[in-house]
Amino acid sequence: MDAVTEAFRLIIALDADLFEILWLSIRVSVIALAISAVISLPLGTWLAITEFPGRKFCILLLNALMGMPPVVVGLMVYLLLSRSGPLGWLGLLYTPTAMIIAQVVLITPIIAALSNQVIENLHQEYSDTFYSMGVTGRRAVVAYLVDARYALTTCILAGFGRAIAEVGAVIIVGGNIDHLTRVMTTAIALETSKGNLSLALSLGTVLLALSLLVNSLVIGVREYAAKRQYA
Amino acid sequence: MKPFLVFVVLAFSAHTQADTIIVQSTTSTQNSGLYDYLLPILKKDTGIQANIVAVGTGQAINNARRCDGDLLLVHARSAEETFVADGYGEYRRDLMYNDFVIVGPKADPANVAGARDVTDALQRIRQAGAKFASRGDDSGTHKKERSLWQEAAIDPVAGSGQWYLETGSGMGATLNTGVGLGAYVLTDRATWMSFANKQDSTILFEGAPPLFNQYGVIPVSAAKCPNVNREAAETFARWLLSETGQAAIAAYQVDGKQLFFPNANDRLNSSIELK
Repeated sequence: MDAVTEAFRLIIALDADLFEILWLSIRVSVIALAISAVISLPLGTWLAITEFPGRKFCILLLNALMGMPPVVVGLMVYLLLSRSGPLGWLGLLYTPTAMIIAQVVLITPIIAALSNQVIENLHQEYSDTFYSMGVTGRRAVVAYLVDARYALTTCILAGFGRAIAEVGAVIIVGGNIDHLTRVMTTAIALETSKGNLSLALSLGTVLLALSLLVNSLVIGVREYAAKRQYA
Repeated sequence: MKPFLVFVVLAFSAHTQADTIIVQSTTSTQNSGLYDYLLPILKKDTGIQANIVAVGTGQAINNARRCDGDLLLVHARSAEETFVADGYGEYRRDLMYNDFVIVGPKADPANVAGARDVTDALQRIRQAGAKFASRGDDSGTHKKERSLWQEAAIDPVAGSGQWYLETGSGMGATLNTGVGLGAYVLTDRATWMSFANKQDSTILFEGAPPLFNQYGVIPVSAAKCPNVNREAAETFARWLLSETGQAAIAAYQVDGKQLFFPNANDRLNSSIELK
């Protein structure tokens, strides 16, 4: 309970450091989510409605990648962006961009696999209609995405949840640098290592509150839009 | 999509500024709050923004070997000297020191507090069958701890998972584990003093010469790593080693106690020429 009280105190005090860290968490995860959604939603949909050899294997792979440990993703992106790595010349290691890249790698399989399942269910229902109307290829992907947009918000929220909550990847590629790459989860890890357990727990409570807020917003918008549509 | 990515890259690259450097550092200097105190003074004096990546000494050195840092600030002398000898560092200078201490539960089941020396203290822990939490992460503290076990003629790894617990984590995480289990832990004094979750644990053994803890500073070699910010790293290193920097290190206190003791200008050390 102390953690909740302390969390409120931190928020009400408008602690500048806290808001800087919170804002970076949001920026990194939202941008990662936007990039990832552009890749993963069409990918998941396309895999659901297109027959080709190896399709089952691709879906299996996506599902397996959902279980990818963040620390492994962090390590891969680190080696890629390291100054001695293939993309070292970009100078992106220990920047928020590096953290975004890591999160995109982490959540793209999640959103793709979940949306694949959603569209696959829909496809069983619609395939004959779409076929008779001659809706195929890119047009079919778009049609399915638009039609399933409400169900897909859950997939997107799952991706956001993973991105905002993970620490293993961003601490390796971001370095947890104060005022540059420190986000909520790495700040929690740091405070825990300093033995400031109650502060760490309060930060965790703030993060949870943020997640609650984002989810409420999205669900609220979804409900509102659905109501208007059928009214 | 492409313009968007370019925007993202531009909006977030803070790297390219000439006066920004990355310091690969040990954790104790960060966890104790030393950087929070030093960096604003450094910025005012030199205009340099130092971005600290605080990991264990072993990882810091390995990251620097991959050129992912402009300056190294760690505490494992022989590993540092190897780093410079291999051409990755321009030079190595002593910066400051403090000491290691053995902490453990107040009840002190192994009576470590009554030990004659470090070797005796470790042998008492072993003989009492008490638990010992080790970093197990090749950090500076872990290297020191292994050398102390060796001097005590004990192979703790044989008891790994039973009485010798290798956490494979940072100093703070290992202290959390040690405190939670009532285990003995070797830690640097600075991290312990600023550690907020001491619970029932306290310093039980301290003050022996082998527990000396020397910190060193090494600018990463521009020959090995062409995209290193050599100039700013040099300015930072010189500032740390200067009278001003050394005085700032000495002035930093936690609970009215000095945590780090500058020794860059000791007779032996200052005879090493700056390049």
